[in-house]
Amino acid sequence: MTGEVDRLHEELEELTGHREPTQRRMKGRRTAASWAVLLLGLAYFFLPLVGTLLFSLRERPFLAAYAEMVRDPQIWSSLAYSFAIGVITIVLSIALLVPTAFWVRLRLPRLRPVVEFVTLLPFVVPPIVLVFGLISSYSRPPLPLTGTNTGSDALLVCAYVILSFPYMYRAIDAGLRTIDIRTLTEASQSLGAGWITLIWRVILPNLRVSILSGAFLTLAIVVGEFTIANFLARPMFATYLQLISGNLAYEPAAVALVSFGITWAAMGLIALVGRGSQAKIEITGAH
Amino acid sequence: MFLVIPTSYLVVGSFRDQAGHFTLQNYADLTRPITANAYQASIEISLVTAILGGVLGFGLAYAVISGGLPGPLRTVVMTFSGVASNFAGVPLALAFIFTIGRTGFISVLLNDVLGWNIYGSGFTIYSKLGLEIVYLYFQLPLMVLIIAPAIDGLKKEWREASENAGASTFQYWRHIALPILMPSLLGSMILLFGNSFGAQATAFALTGGFIPLVTILIGGQLSGDVLGNQNLGYALAMGMVAIMGVTLVAYSWLSRRAERWQR
Repeated sequence: MTGEVDRLHEELEELTGHREPTQRRMKGRRTAASWAVLLLGLAYFFLPLVGTLLFSLRERPFLAAYAEMVRDPQIWSSLAYSFAIGVITIVLSIALLVPTAFWVRLRLPRLRPVVEFVTLLPFVVPPIVLVFGLISSYSRPPLPLTGTNTGSDALLVCAYVILSFPYMYRAIDAGLRTIDIRTLTEASQSLGAGWITLIWRVILPNLRVSILSGAFLTLAIVVGEFTIANFLARPMFATYLQLISGNLAYEPAAVALVSFGITWAAMGLIALVGRGSQAKIEITGAH
Repeated sequence: MFLVIPTSYLVVGSFRDQAGHFTLQNYADLTRPITANAYQASIEISLVTAILGGVLGFGLAYAVISGGLPGPLRTVVMTFSGVASNFAGVPLALAFIFTIGRTGFISVLLNDVLGWNIYGSGFTIYSKLGLEIVYLYFQLPLMVLIIAPAIDGLKKEWREASENAGASTFQYWRHIALPILMPSLLGSMILLFGNSFGAQATAFALTGGFIPLVTILIGGQLSGDVLGNQNLGYALAMGMVAIMGVTLVAYSWLSRRAERWQR
């Protein structure tokens, strides 16, 4: 029996023998080409980082640029400010979008395209146009917000909440799709829960994972955002980096690497949180 | 409220003259050299980076997904792409200045090792070409991210079937893979176009307003009324919104067509 199988194998090899080597060679060539493309891509990705790292190490004594950076009180205050703004943005964005997305899914499914369109508007109205409009509208009565620091902070947060719409909404909506909101709603209402209890204690905990990935992305974008912060004259991290890049030689390189690290950390957290779920594509519009 | 009011303010403002009367003059004035040049520069840079980023990004994505590379590399490249496509603005501009700026390490390396002074031969990072190189840093990975699902949708069986039917690699691409991928490819490139069209921070940080993009011009108008007419600035911004709107509509139409093959 075994002999029979071997014989058939040999026969098969004889029959297909003239094809296999060429196919294998073609496949090998393709793999080699793929490696070349990949290495080129990685080189393009890493060279600017290497350049920045080397530049930051040029200052003597060794690591002096980093020592300066750590001693600079402004970097800490700008980072703290950026993170605070980021957290407020995320909280407001969740407070606004979770009830909206929930309501649309439960009661107004026909409005879904409309809401989706609205959440995509930040892509149509780029940050520069948004801040242009904000400053034009709110630098005069009845709402002269740009005159005070608090007013500008409020404008900044509002602008960022709008920027966060596309990915926050998509994250929340994707989360809502995976849970049976109708049953959950009926169950909690039959137990006497009101709408606030329902959203706060039932829906929100179920959405934790999907909200987190949207939140980290929002945080990364807010901390790195420059255009809006610059024109509203807010002491954000990116405006600080722009400021020192004009005055100092080596420290900006160190800070740029830190900024890259923040992006990296946010992406890593998203990957960690979203393990098992599909990778999502995001249009950030913060370039 | 913070999106609609400012936008409608711009819309209304763009139809008014400086005395507050209704006019279409602002839109007619967009053809003046300063604004027309800005649109031209913006469109040119966006087109170049969208097409280059699209083609190269597709190549990279295809190499990683169907190029016979070890599986884990795909995750690595996807994660890198996620980071790089979100790494933009001031730090990105700085990173490139440190790398191929006048004293950047690649410029120095080329000069010392090959004796080739790229700045002597007319190149500068503070130019359109420089800006395009920098933009590609987030355009290319974005392409990798958005085209990956479409490449996943290319079924192995189609390739095998075409090979069995005697088709060459070229015929496979010409008659099967490209027609299927075309809506996704076009849609993705349109998205890249919009992505770079709306970019302001990177260009501003890199050139400080030296290259007159639409976004830079709007920024200049915001900080110092460079156009000398606030309402023309509104019209400029509206033109930009219109272009972004068209790209978004085209993108969603194409991505709906692309979905046919991704079930």
